[in-house]
Amino acid sequence: MNRRGFLAAGAGVVAVGAGALLTSGCKDKGDDKGSGKPGAEETIRIVSSLPRTGSARGQTNTIVNGIQMAIEDYGGKVGNFKIEYSDWDDATAAAGAWDGPTEKANAQKAIADSDVMAYIGPYNSNAAKISMPELNGAGLLQISPAVTWPGLTKKIKGVAPDEPEKYRPGKKVTFCRVCTTDDLQGPLAADFAKEELKAKTVYILDDKELYGEGLAKLFKQRCDEIGIKVLAQEGIDTAAIDFGALMTKIKGQNPDLVYFGGTTQSKGGQIAKDMVKAGLTCPMLAPDGCYEQAFIDSAGADNLNNRVYVTIVGLDPSQLTGKGAEFVKKYKAKYNTDPEAFALYGYECAKVVLEAIKKVGKKDRAAIMEAALATKDFTAGAVGGEKGWSFDANGDTTLRQVTVSRVEGGKFVPKKTVTK
Amino acid sequence: MLDSVVTALGPEFPQYLLAGLATGMLYALIALGYTMVYGIIELINFAHGDLFMLGSFFALQLAIWVGAANEKGEVIPGLGTGELAGAVLLMLFGAALFCAVLNVAIDRSVYKSLRSAPKLAPLVSAIGVSFILMNLGVFWMGTYDKNFPELVSAKDNLTPGLQFTVESVTFAVKVTYQHVLVFAITLPVMVALTVFVRYTSMGKAMRATAQNPTAARLMGINVDRVIAVTFAIGGALAGVAAVVYGLTVNTVGYQIGFQSGLFAFTAAVLGGIGNIPGAVLGGILIGLLEKLGTGYLGDSWRQPLVFAVLIVVLVFRPNGLLGARTREKV
Repeated sequence: MNRRGFLAAGAGVVAVGAGALLTSGCKDKGDDKGSGKPGAEETIRIVSSLPRTGSARGQTNTIVNGIQMAIEDYGGKVGNFKIEYSDWDDATAAAGAWDGPTEKANAQKAIADSDVMAYIGPYNSNAAKISMPELNGAGLLQISPAVTWPGLTKKIKGVAPDEPEKYRPGKKVTFCRVCTTDDLQGPLAADFAKEELKAKTVYILDDKELYGEGLAKLFKQRCDEIGIKVLAQEGIDTAAIDFGALMTKIKGQNPDLVYFGGTTQSKGGQIAKDMVKAGLTCPMLAPDGCYEQAFIDSAGADNLNNRVYVTIVGLDPSQLTGKGAEFVKKYKAKYNTDPEAFALYGYECAKVVLEAIKKVGKKDRAAIMEAALATKDFTAGAVGGEKGWSFDANGDTTLRQVTVSRVEGGKFVPKKTVTK
Repeated sequence: MLDSVVTALGPEFPQYLLAGLATGMLYALIALGYTMVYGIIELINFAHGDLFMLGSFFALQLAIWVGAANEKGEVIPGLGTGELAGAVLLMLFGAALFCAVLNVAIDRSVYKSLRSAPKLAPLVSAIGVSFILMNLGVFWMGTYDKNFPELVSAKDNLTPGLQFTVESVTFAVKVTYQHVLVFAITLPVMVALTVFVRYTSMGKAMRATAQNPTAARLMGINVDRVIAVTFAIGGALAGVAAVVYGLTVNTVGYQIGFQSGLFAFTAAVLGGIGNIPGAVLGGILIGLLEKLGTGYLGDSWRQPLVFAVLIVVLVFRPNGLLGARTREKV
């Protein structure tokens, strides 16, 4: 027998042995429970793929907390099914952020595990571009708490010509998201700049990522439409240690407003700080990637108070009523801190999945996906209020709301909510 | 002619120069740590940037302990000038001592046993140490950027009247206490280092070891002690740089070691690795290139510009601007 054949035979023996062990293991378990019926207690697994290493960990912690609280609402059991939750990481320590190959491997791992009925995530729009085609081809439900790039689900002005078809090799919708998209957040921020901040000129910065640059583009489009003069749109180098020279340059142009398309991780705090240092006193406006306490802490509250505005899709947790307010209260009691906005969306995602499982009552990927995508007038979660929200044909939420808050006394204070 | 040049430069030109010089001095301080260790044992100490990062964390922790800043890294209002100066001095000495001890300890426990191993072994170990230090940083302060107290103000303009007009453009420059701080700390440190290396017997021993460790040992120089002193000085410089960084950039996080370390290392190579004045020259050049690149080309051209200049310099002067010719390098 040659070496390869010998190895194959060896592997076969081991596999048979392991198989025998597994079957006997299952039988024992069944006997213990006193029921001979196989599958009396079946497991459904929900997985999430979020950047759990590196700078986004703070936000994804709150999302994971939200998911776990949703599962606890059902006592970890829906019908005959035991719900198991796996918290996967799509980031690597070396990159300090999400990583393409890891996100792809997570999607493939979820597809290969026949217990997995739903894939919650990812957190970053660019990561979604990688996992969406994989999961779509396999027909596994994907639901994201945070990705906001419009092109992932719909064809509008400003998205690439082959979007969103290229994410749907299976020719059907398998992806949905509970947060609304940037085509709302960007333009509404521009409207706010004109109406409330009375800005006539704006200097736009972005972090050159899909999320930040995309938002900056949409913001700029709207500025051009409503007559705010865009002095420049410039990508920043997020590896820079400070932005002193950049702020000196911007100060020379004397804008009424600085818009930053980016996140806390892409140095939103440093930009706010260096504005103050350079003597640039105009307001700054940033999107929901900066809507977190860590943004305020990294910049120092003194550098932001009464000057920096941040938009968020949906409502600030302090504005919620009914079930939402109840969730905020429970969260505070459990984790001893206010939930960040993303905690609500993590909770909402898991609720949609669990309600779909409850409705279907079967361990069937296609049926559960169909039920989740058909979610209508959903009030079981935290953000639906009394009327609830639905998924449209693209898998986007009908809850199209944006809130603008200002930093006051080191906290976000909601100023204006627009529903569209 | 002159008219079109000054118009193209714009009124911000001197401000860019000042910002570039300040950042350059900071890079130079970190680059000295790379270059000194390389000069003595030909090791590119990749962990140096992360040592610098831990130094900045230690300084922040000190500021919180002595009551100069709250837990969020914001200055506690109402402190007098004397108290602020005391806190800054304490941070400088504390962080320098902390980094020096840590650097010597790392050398003793990791690099020392690899002294006679092939060059790649300590190099790869240094990369490993870099990851370990980075993760220690994450354990210590978490993954979010932290505010570093603005103990030295960046808001007052010390030179309100300083402006000069050339042709039609009025150049103005705003010097703040933070700029003063950078030069007031880095210049004396660099002078002291030069004097030490050139005029003391330990400095002489260091230069001898750098030239030929075996011959130095034969002459009765305690090479191990020289190496330990080198690591201590390199570490102390990283600690001082960390405090200057914290006080002028006002944000620290676990990734700053990698980010600044990369540019400081580049500065050391640009100036000629192993060469002390070269590291300073390289640091200042890179600082200036960065800020002028941001000012005139756009912030996203900062890195391409720096590395393009590095490549051009290395094509024509493979050993860096002031580097001496050596036969083997890693």
